[in-house]
Amino acid sequence: MSKIIRLRKGLDINLEGVSQEVLVSLPTAGEYAVTPTDFEGVTPKLLVAVGDKVKAGSALFFSKSNQRIIFTSPVSGTVTAINRGEKRKVLNVVVEADANQEYEEFTKLNLKSASREEIVETLLKSGLWSMIIQRPYGIIADPSQTPKSIFVSTFDSAPLAPNYNFVLADQKANIQAGIDALSKLTSGKVNLALRAKAEMAGLKNAEQHTFEGKHPVGNVGVQIHHLDPISKGELVWTVNIQDLAIIGRLFNEAKVDMTKIVNVAGSEIKKPSYCKIVAGASLASILRGNVKAQAEGDSVRVISGNPLTGVKRQMGDFISFYANQVTVIPEGDKYELLGWAMPRFQKFSVSKSYFSWLCSKKRFTLDTNLNGGERPFVVTGLYEDYLPMDIYLVYLLKACIANDVEKMEGLGIYEVTEEDLAICEFVDPSKVEMQQIIREGINLMIKEA
Amino acid sequence: MELRKLVDNIKPTFSKGGKLSFLESTFEGFETFLFVPNTTTIKGSHVRDCNDMKRTMSVVVLALMPALLFGMYNAGFQHFLSLGQTPELMPSFWFGFLKVLPIIIVSYVVGLGIEFAFAQSRGHEINEGFLVTGMLIPMIMPIDMPLWMVAISTAFAVVFGKEVFGGTGMNVFNPALLARAFAFFAYTPSISGETVWIAGLGKGEGVVDGFSGATALEQLATKGDMSYSAMDAFLGFIPGSIGETSTLAILIGAAILIFTGIASWRTMVSVFVGGLAMAYVFDLTGVTEYPAYYHILVGGFAFGAVFMATDPVTSSQTNMGKYIVGLMTGILAVMIRVVNPAYPEGMMLAVLFMNAMAPLVDYFVVEANIARRNKRVKSLAK
Repeated sequence: MSKIIRLRKGLDINLEGVSQEVLVSLPTAGEYAVTPTDFEGVTPKLLVAVGDKVKAGSALFFSKSNQRIIFTSPVSGTVTAINRGEKRKVLNVVVEADANQEYEEFTKLNLKSASREEIVETLLKSGLWSMIIQRPYGIIADPSQTPKSIFVSTFDSAPLAPNYNFVLADQKANIQAGIDALSKLTSGKVNLALRAKAEMAGLKNAEQHTFEGKHPVGNVGVQIHHLDPISKGELVWTVNIQDLAIIGRLFNEAKVDMTKIVNVAGSEIKKPSYCKIVAGASLASILRGNVKAQAEGDSVRVISGNPLTGVKRQMGDFISFYANQVTVIPEGDKYELLGWAMPRFQKFSVSKSYFSWLCSKKRFTLDTNLNGGERPFVVTGLYEDYLPMDIYLVYLLKACIANDVEKMEGLGIYEVTEEDLAICEFVDPSKVEMQQIIREGINLMIKEA
Repeated sequence: MELRKLVDNIKPTFSKGGKLSFLESTFEGFETFLFVPNTTTIKGSHVRDCNDMKRTMSVVVLALMPALLFGMYNAGFQHFLSLGQTPELMPSFWFGFLKVLPIIIVSYVVGLGIEFAFAQSRGHEINEGFLVTGMLIPMIMPIDMPLWMVAISTAFAVVFGKEVFGGTGMNVFNPALLARAFAFFAYTPSISGETVWIAGLGKGEGVVDGFSGATALEQLATKGDMSYSAMDAFLGFIPGSIGETSTLAILIGAAILIFTGIASWRTMVSVFVGGLAMAYVFDLTGVTEYPAYYHILVGGFAFGAVFMATDPVTSSQTNMGKYIVGLMTGILAVMIRVVNPAYPEGMMLAVLFMNAMAPLVDYFVVEANIARRNKRVKSLAK
């Protein structure tokens, strides 16, 4: 076992509503959807029309910029709606599931002898290729390229995040198959980042690294930064650990089975727990009867993902493709009389001008209020305490705002995605929208490249 | 929530299309002061830390309170002393309070007025930065400063020190120090010499014969020693600018700022280390004949180190840079004091000079980071 990499910087936000490690069975959702906006930079070209019959693993649409990348239905059934927004932008493709699930058949590969090409083609055809994310940029990997290495984080350190040891307890064979498949795709190694004392150990064919620290220690970007930072011209691929199990399942069972376990968490959830779903399930089916009743005038925020990086969704929407968590917290659309001058015992702050530092064990109920107005950068040195990377964040953000590509490159744009600096956005008293700024910067890099 | 209803009722008048829409920013400034807005997160992190600029700035104002309150008391204390009377606690404080309050009011009214006007013309929200600046300006002025001078200095600092650069967060120089520098060069007789530091001394009515109002700093510069004990200087019973005399009160403020993490301990410590080191060099080489630590007890050294040099906007933005800028500020302050007798107070100039140099220091620190990254690319190419 190699040495443990300990990160001193970061922050664990103790939120109310941690999921108990019990698996609650849900009745199957009626409707599932694939939402193109879940995939960064993908413009969909539809392959189905309303009324079409599809199987689990049948193609629904492909990416306009790379036709080899297709997106498939998680379930078998009938396409019941293709919802469009402004300028006829496709919002989602809804499939009503059949009672009996049918799967597209894939040829079973022997992972030991299969060629790289065969594995790539199978992944592309199954639609699971979209689970492979490339760094830099945090977009779906280009199948015609070969990364120098592949990284998989086996734990999630975000607030209220699922415990993958629990989620993937019976998925070891699938994860191993996933690793074996991935190892054929890179010229280097598959790297696994584990948390100390994790049970995910014992996997073969991958280099294992142990991390310890506070969020964002579980972010694969932070792990790569400490193990083998990405320089200009380099390419690294990453896969979420649960997605890796789904990829492994494809090779073990020769079918696209996007069954996964997600956790439902947050202060407004009656019984925070885990449940087994199929990707793309409707949020209504996941949250059915589990959201606390709200007083008049109060409402809740449904987040597909964790409170730092997830997406805001309505109850009638669907869980996003990469989400392993659904969080429900109170909306903060309330005025607060002289709030900034109050002691605010119930609120959380990393600043010692409030008192939450006195109760480090306390779990807080945070709402979605911005807690102030947006201002120019004023404080310095604060963000550096929460970003465990050798990056001058404010300078990088300013380079992004100024569209200075050369500076962005020099300051480390290749090493970050939005999620890595979400915690800095959280602590920022100037309320700067850092994730958005960095995404716009990354998109500019993609355009200029 | 009757108050909220009232605000909601008058809000349309000040919003776009309303009769008083030209006061939108002003209205919003007052509204957000009264109520934290109901804005929710849309993109990015859904939850946010409850700290904001208003809180941050008000903690700095809070940290200034010990020095301000003592400054008020000391104003009366010095005044009665100059009249040959025994300074008693409450009358002294009351006297100082009445002398200082108008200066604070003038500073805030002028500064905030300009801030509001600029915010309005730009269609921005009002920034909280002036809450601190407006309190700093009175504290670094002499007690007998005419109010119109305070007003003009403040206006100069806010317009040319801040707004022309784009407002809080964009300025190069510390606005409060700029106000003092302006006053110092524009109205030199009112801010230097022996008679301006004690209320009423300039007029000379009823002053004890032979009473000198020279500050400890001036005494050190001209006589090479001071007539006050080090303890008096530490506690603050010496003449000087309103808020700068008590090192103890300033250190209490420093403790608040460091504990809450709002001001950088790196800068503060470096300024003190730099200043002491330079003073020791002068002491050892025989240029000065008083103990080195006198420098941090007298004049504006401590005040500058704690409240001026640490201004996050105008100081260095990088941790490494903070050490360098802090050290240089301390060294320069003492050097100006000792080597250039025309400017007994070196702190103001040292901080302003290092404000100008800080971006350069940061440039090299950040370039080093970029170079590390580029080196990695090069070693890959091999």
